[in-house]
Amino acid sequence: MYEGVVQNLIDELGMLPGVGPKSAQRIAFHLLAADPADVKRLAHVLLEVKAKVRFCQVCGNVAAEEQCRICRDARRDPHVICVVEESKDVVAIEKTREFRGRYHVLGGAISPIDGIGPDDLRVRELMTRLADGVVTELILATDPNLEGEATATYLARLVKPMGLKVTRLASGLPVGGDLEYADEVTLGRAFEGRRLLDV
Amino acid sequence: MSLYRDEGIVLRTHKLGEADRIITILTKRTGKVRGVAKGVRRTTSKFGARLEPFTHVDVQFHTGRTLDVITQAETIRPYGESLVADYPRYTAGSAMLETADRLTVAEKEPALRQFLLLVGGLRTLVERGHEARLVLDAYFLRSLAVAGYAPALEACAKCRAPAVRAFAIVEGGVVCGACRPPGAAVPAGETIALMTALMRGDWPTADASESRHRSECSGLVAAYLQWHLEHGIRSLKHVEREQVQGERPSPVTASVGSDTAPHPA
Ligand SMILES: [Zn+2]
Repeated sequence: MYEGVVQNLIDELGMLPGVGPKSAQRIAFHLLAADPADVKRLAHVLLEVKAKVRFCQVCGNVAAEEQCRICRDARRDPHVICVVEESKDVVAIEKTREFRGRYHVLGGAISPIDGIGPDDLRVRELMTRLADGVVTELILATDPNLEGEATATYLARLVKPMGLKVTRLASGLPVGGDLEYADEVTLGRAFEGRRLLDV
Repeated sequence: MSLYRDEGIVLRTHKLGEADRIITILTKRTGKVRGVAKGVRRTTSKFGARLEPFTHVDVQFHTGRTLDVITQAETIRPYGESLVADYPRYTAGSAMLETADRLTVAEKEPALRQFLLLVGGLRTLVERGHEARLVLDAYFLRSLAVAGYAPALEACAKCRAPAVRAFAIVEGGVVCGACRPPGAAVPAGETIALMTALMRGDWPTADASESRHRSECSGLVAAYLQWHLEHGIRSLKHVEREQVQGERPSPVTASVGSDTAPHPA
């Protein structure tokens, strides 16, 4: 244990995701040794991000205005919505430059054991967006783990009566890995999602 | 430090640090074990999906100072893969895992019967021979019985008189007219018969039951379970009934009269 304010800093840092007690201590001492101007800038952006950044009224993505950059962009295809769990997934998909439609950020995945059901996510907002019939395709890009799959199943069933084209991102073998190390579930999904090799 | 090997069902996982997870497994011989799976969240992890909840795994642990470390895992049966494709069954399965976790309080205390019940429950659930909620209620009743909380269903829980009228959670099951506390639920005789059938594994009787008796049974069983486990089962309010044609999906509620008040703290 350290004295007062140093320990407070370590405790606060330790609450951040992915930061254990050892890392918290390392970051705290880094900050203590750092230039006061650098620390001031960090403190300033922390406050600024809380004060200025909001969530897009349409898609739930982080935004600097009422609507996010993607929702305001008229060149984006309004007929396709890609559903993701978190804003960081939007960033990841944007980096691929493969997708020109719009997004919907759920704010997590269904996990009954953690007490998270559909009502705790932005599912109702998604249904509202689909109501006017402009959207014709829904891409379910929730995480390829248990909660993400269950969430995709739930949404697919919910929108079924609307007659949309519903697709799920292919999941399977990690690129750069060896086939022999893949587990049964991963390998099974890779088989399901196999594509025609057109040469 | 030593190695040991066991088979078990993954109950739940918690993120740890950058890429690790703590995996809670109900094992066959050792009981409930919490182990660290290093690097499991990386897409290149050798564990892949083997340590996801619902998976029946053959697993090797390295005994550690605070937590044991999982060194190898092989899939015996990935129940989660078929459960996530069917939402009502996924929610029912989640409630099973949470209950198994709550009923096995102490770590590394052998709980063979709870393990066997859970494997049996998950297998029955994925085989789709019976309604998910019936499978879940059967699992609840039997796991409570193994934990020493079997409800009285045939004779009054208080005086053992054969004529029974009401179901009183605080008394531990059915009660006769004389022993009936005020506010006790008075379920249909068919509902008590359904509970008895589920407890015994009499599937022909259970499958033939009517929808309203199933609902009443689920309400009583849920209230009875929540009363015996100090904090509620969080998954329970998300458990969905399977859709009957033209019916809207709706969560099953667990309220059946004033007798179902939570366990006094
Ligand atoms: Zn937006």
